[in-house]
Amino acid sequence: MQKISKSFGGVPALIEASLEVMPAEIMALVGQNGAGKSTMIKILNGAYVRDEGSISFNGTPWTAASPQQAQRAGISTIFQEINLIGYRSVAENIFLGREPKRGFGLLDWAKMNAESAALLKRFDVKVDVREPLERFSTAIQQMVAIARAVSFDARLVIMDEPTSSLDEAEVAVLLRTIRQLKAEGVAVIFVSHKLDELYEVCDRVTIMRDGRTVQVSAMKDISKLHLVAAMLGRDLAEVKKRGATAFEESSGANIGGELLQARNIAVGHRVHDASLDIRKGEIVGLAGLLGSGRTETARAIFAADAKTSGDITFNGQPAAFKGPADAIKAGMGYCSEDRKAQGIVPGMSVAENLTLALMPALTRSGMLDEAKQREVVDRFIKEIGIKCAGPDQKIRELSGGNQQKVLLARWLCMNPKLLILDEPTRGIDVGAKAEIQMLIRRLASNGLGVLMISSELEEIVEGADRVFVLREGKTVAEFDHQNMTESKVMHAMAHGHDT
Amino acid sequence: MSAVSVTKKEPRNFNRAAFFQRYGVGLALILLIIFNLIFTPNFATAQTLAVNLTQVCTIVIVGVGMTLVIATGGIDLSVGSLMAIAGAFSPMFFTGQLIPVDNLYFGIALGIAFPVLIAGMFGLFNGWLVTKFSIQPIIATLVLFIAGRGIAQVSTNGDLQVFKVPEFQAIAIGRVLGVPFQVWIMLAIVIVAAFILHRTVFGRQVLAVGGNEAAARLSGIPVSRVKFLVYFISGLCSGVAGLIVIAMNSAADANLIGLGMELDAIAAVVVGGTLLSGGRATIIGTLLGALVIQLVRYTLLANGVPDPAALVVKAGLIVLAVWLQRQEQA
Repeated sequence: MQKISKSFGGVPALIEASLEVMPAEIMALVGQNGAGKSTMIKILNGAYVRDEGSISFNGTPWTAASPQQAQRAGISTIFQEINLIGYRSVAENIFLGREPKRGFGLLDWAKMNAESAALLKRFDVKVDVREPLERFSTAIQQMVAIARAVSFDARLVIMDEPTSSLDEAEVAVLLRTIRQLKAEGVAVIFVSHKLDELYEVCDRVTIMRDGRTVQVSAMKDISKLHLVAAMLGRDLAEVKKRGATAFEESSGANIGGELLQARNIAVGHRVHDASLDIRKGEIVGLAGLLGSGRTETARAIFAADAKTSGDITFNGQPAAFKGPADAIKAGMGYCSEDRKAQGIVPGMSVAENLTLALMPALTRSGMLDEAKQREVVDRFIKEIGIKCAGPDQKIRELSGGNQQKVLLARWLCMNPKLLILDEPTRGIDVGAKAEIQMLIRRLASNGLGVLMISSELEEIVEGADRVFVLREGKTVAEFDHQNMTESKVMHAMAHGHDT
Repeated sequence: MSAVSVTKKEPRNFNRAAFFQRYGVGLALILLIIFNLIFTPNFATAQTLAVNLTQVCTIVIVGVGMTLVIATGGIDLSVGSLMAIAGAFSPMFFTGQLIPVDNLYFGIALGIAFPVLIAGMFGLFNGWLVTKFSIQPIIATLVLFIAGRGIAQVSTNGDLQVFKVPEFQAIAIGRVLGVPFQVWIMLAIVIVAAFILHRTVFGRQVLAVGGNEAAARLSGIPVSRVKFLVYFISGLCSGVAGLIVIAMNSAADANLIGLGMELDAIAAVVVGGTLLSGGRATIIGTLLGALVIQLVRYTLLANGVPDPAALVVKAGLIVLAVWLQRQEQA
């Protein structure tokens, strides 16, 4: 794929990006959120149409009209969410859409089952192919998806984060399968955020950032640290001067006693051993690559998801919250990373969105105290500079930055002790971003504890008083403000140990 | 995400779909009344008014509960069957079949309170299925849609219970200020529900759950309790409607009470302008929606169009209402 460009509604997603894979080669494709990996894959498999650029496959020019056509031509894609039919048998899934027939439109079940079993055996998977697919583990379902891909005589298999919901043993099986594919001469494009896997199985890596291909290298020639640096767009030699964000330097004088302590938190497959603590008046950063379990850890602290194990102490009390309502009562607030899906109630007004969590305090014998609501809303619109036509404007009509301010105000009007901010400035224009960053610092200097998750390294390094680094669901490093540099944080994100 | 930090201006140009969405029902009602005043003989009589209002009473009462359920993003198919349950149980109380009661008025009080509560309890069962097991509301309430009528039929052995208790029947056919008592009940329920929806914390919570359930949960709103309550209220409303039906007929037929009511109620809610996906609801709209559907049918009948044809027009109204909703969302 050469010089591929693609825009969505005028916003470029890919700018002259390129990707090259040799036969029997396992190519890692890495990049941050929004780097363009998915767009690249979808252009290759025919889900999107490219604006510019050229693609050749097996030496001939290539354009797929649809993923189905790409599959027949030898390019198969296996997505994170398995798109097979759970209720049908393994064999049916493998032959879906091209079932062997016996005439009169009857299915040749014997042939279908035998061929399926033979196919899976190549990958050392021994299952009863007549069983419904959903009876098997995610890993086996993924094997079936791969077997299906191979049964099309795929020459190139694209895997989009196949290991994100697998446990360690299952990952090992999958990686073995990938090597098996390679041995049969099939090329693989492997998208993953788990660096260890990439180093274990891949031959080369293509690194994308902001819609461009920034580096292609043999896996053995690039260190994890260099790889992460290239992904984040950081030059190792020159750590940028301070001042990229609007966070003011913190004196540290206002930092008080311990507010929250989380020990050995585990949640499902994503978080295994996360620990962190936050003091009053402190901004604590939570850094890590995509899929390192940052959001999951934050949600577990807020009791939005149940944790598998671990202990949380909040404000000196063991926190046994049953749900967000309990966490809120104890004095926590949580701004989720997905503003649209989990933050705003689009059909409601600015005022209604702002007081969503405050409602219990606005209640007078079951009725809403409209006067008090008005007062709170007016105060916060002014105080944090929410630009809107008025409190009754629908929130969906506001810009992203102003929506985010309303969501911040939703928590601030509760007078919380701890505010968890998951990507507080994602998708927000520069001006609003600076305002929000200044606001966060101001709040912390008034004694609010803040846990800030951010994928932007400078936001963490400049904004946080301390930072914890998560890597594959484990807390691997902690830096205080003096020892915190972008390269150290990056190193911990890549390697794990804090040196 | 837009890279502009100014707020989007309200569209200046006249948004026709949004206008009809908002005022369309009221407008349609006014047009229908004007049309009838001109063309339909004897339209402006107390008799006509009473006939039309009693026709919509039960639909509106059930529609109020349905509006709240739909506002949370759910739906309640069991309303008709819950009406049948309430209607089937009630005579057993005031005719003294179940427990002998000496005082007639006490018996009637029991015959009103218990069946309504029983219907409410079945509503709670709906809420339990929806919240505890995360069953889609349409399936969860299908359970009682089917089983509810069965329960009503079994408890009456499928027999028609005929009674003559004018003191009880007054709840439907008694008149206050010349207006049937059931109309007053309907108005009271509409006013209380509209107040709850727009002025109370519970109402706000209902709309928040329907507008964005994940956000509501993360804001500490007791999502399950809110859902429990709306299905409970829907059950209570169905109970009341069931009693009105048997009071009008002076007979309880478990096979027929509330038959097809779920669809009439949903139609009124949709035509009234409540969003089927939840998050926006109007009780007054449901009242107007029911009135429009009824008046269209009356207009056609009064002007010699046969009833089956009127049904087609009713379907057309629903299509129009749904189309308007989609226009606004797009």
